[in-house]
Amino acid sequence: MRKYSVFALAREALRAHKGWEQQWTSPEPKAEYDVIIVGAGGHGLATAYYLAKEHGITNVAVLEKGWLGGGNTGRNTTIIRSNYLYDESAGIYEHAVKLWEGLSQDLNYNVMYSARGVMMLAHNIHDVQVFKRHIHANRLNGIDNEWLTPEQVKEFCPPINLSADARYPIIGAALQRRGGTARHDAVAWGYARAAADRGVHIIQNCEVTGIRRAPNGAVIGVDTNRGPINAKKVGVVAAGHTSVIMNMAGVRMPLESYPLQALVSEPVKPLIPCVIMSNTVHAYISQSDKGEMVIGAGTDQYTSYSQTGGLHIINHTLDAICEMFPVLTRLKMLRSWGGIVDVTPDRSPILAKTPVPGLYVNCGWGTGGFKATPGSGNVFAHTIARDEPHRINAPFTIERFTTGRLIDEAAAAAVAH
Amino acid sequence: MKPLLRPLRTDIQETRQTMLLIKCPYCDEERPELEFRNAGEAHLVRSSSIVEQSDDDFAAFLYFRQNPKGLQFERWRHIHGCGRFFNAVRDSVSDKFLTVYKAGEPRPNVEQFVVQPAAPVEPGEEPQAKPARGAKKAEV
Ligand SMILES: Cc1cc2nc3c(=O)[nH]c(=O)nc-3n(C[C@H](O)[C@H](O)[C@H](O)COP(=O)(O)OP(=O)(O)OC[C@H]3O[C@@H](n4cnc5c(N)ncnc54)[C@H](O)[C@@H]3O)c2cc1C
Ligand SMILES: [Zn+2]
Repeated sequence: MRKYSVFALAREALRAHKGWEQQWTSPEPKAEYDVIIVGAGGHGLATAYYLAKEHGITNVAVLEKGWLGGGNTGRNTTIIRSNYLYDESAGIYEHAVKLWEGLSQDLNYNVMYSARGVMMLAHNIHDVQVFKRHIHANRLNGIDNEWLTPEQVKEFCPPINLSADARYPIIGAALQRRGGTARHDAVAWGYARAAADRGVHIIQNCEVTGIRRAPNGAVIGVDTNRGPINAKKVGVVAAGHTSVIMNMAGVRMPLESYPLQALVSEPVKPLIPCVIMSNTVHAYISQSDKGEMVIGAGTDQYTSYSQTGGLHIINHTLDAICEMFPVLTRLKMLRSWGGIVDVTPDRSPILAKTPVPGLYVNCGWGTGGFKATPGSGNVFAHTIARDEPHRINAPFTIERFTTGRLIDEAAAAAVAH
Repeated sequence: MKPLLRPLRTDIQETRQTMLLIKCPYCDEERPELEFRNAGEAHLVRSSSIVEQSDDDFAAFLYFRQNPKGLQFERWRHIHGCGRFFNAVRDSVSDKFLTVYKAGEPRPNVEQFVVQPAAPVEPGEEPQAKPARGAKKAEV
């Protein structure tokens, strides 16, 4: 792999950009690999990358039914933060934020991680109490999160409507300054390029249709639309389709798949300097480097694999956005889309071994897993390589739904996040 | 030269909907989704003696779900109408309802909705996924 650098840019500028190589190759699948990862989203590609980089396992294939990064990785609103309530969550999300901070250098790929601050608005007393509780819990875990008064909110984000007669009065906010955004496609591409450079095969348009098992139940490979491929270890990292794939191995999951939508406006000059989240009125907004307002809506109430969602869901979000930012009311929306998110009962992910030997699962990130991409891939690679979880993901088992040891961020936030 | 105007992708538009229209079997009327509250997978029966139930069985009842891609049996409540619970069969790929039925009524035989696919079903396919392939084409 040729390193990307300012010198490479200069060199290519002088020879009409004819020397850039393909970022990753598209090999034919081999008959057998040491590890197969199902799903080339950010989490699957990151898993493959860390398997190769940190565990020396390079005979790895990442199988993707569509194109890499075409799932939720390419459909999310890219909010990154680690100010979750519980210690277990702090462990995994903060592990990710630490990796985000050096990721562009590590991958030699600009993932445009921008720590512009994530501000979560409080509209009522309940919000104030919940956010202050989070702030204290975060600080005990060494995670930055601070309380802002309404004046400080206005100073941090000038276009926000603070008027006393606002429909959703803002009475404060929690601010995580190290939170922010990253370029979602670049995350998938950067991991793909760096993994492929270490020998990982990324095989697109290859849908897994079955999990092959030995008579003793252990995994021996997968069936795909391009034929069977053998591997003694298979990691399922398929977001909204996890239940479908795990069902192929006879494993039922504590998951439901819901449509989640987002939309972007026409591009305008820089206006919104940070990420704003309002859990109470269900609105998330930031401005991309291209100038588009990136807006996240809620999930539909019913499970679905349609990758679309109800129009009333995005209308509801735009109602709230226009109340909070009256300056945006005349903006035109350019595109809207949906992804299918896999939601667990406690809204915390599962990164674990499964009852089937050789089968591992990384799922349940629901509406909020983009932020965890590097950390998730990192500890999941450890789990597959050593056949035991990393300290950080050890609590994120499937069995917690039987023992009752939930990591109940759902109750902590009382909303989607 | 590429034509400037490409034909509309009608295949995509077909699944795009503004909001579900749901028929309440009690009111016997099709009403907008906003009147209803989805209540998850149908036919989950709470054990009459959870004290004796194993942890695994209780977890299965409480948290573990089929979450099928295809025909889904689910509960709805007509919360801003008659207020009653009922069940529905919906295709979770097209989001089209195949039928609705009153609470307490048995799970309908879904074969009746299935237009048999022309191509033979591949061996090894999951049984619950089978009806869905034809069901997508069904009009109810
Ligand atoms: C609208 C929206 C907004 C969001 N906003 C945020 C946000 O602001 N912040 C945040 O942290 N998170 C957010 N999320 C959540 C985040 O996008 C996901 O948690 C995360 O991207 C999941 O990554 P992944 O790699 O696990 O899944 P994906 O990127 O979905 O990758 C899974 C891959 O598996 C493939 N696959 C499925 N079945 C098969 C099969 N049978 N064979 C082969 N391949 C298969 C799929 O095609 C897909 O490419 C949002 C999600 C959505 C939809
Ligand atoms: Zn009714």
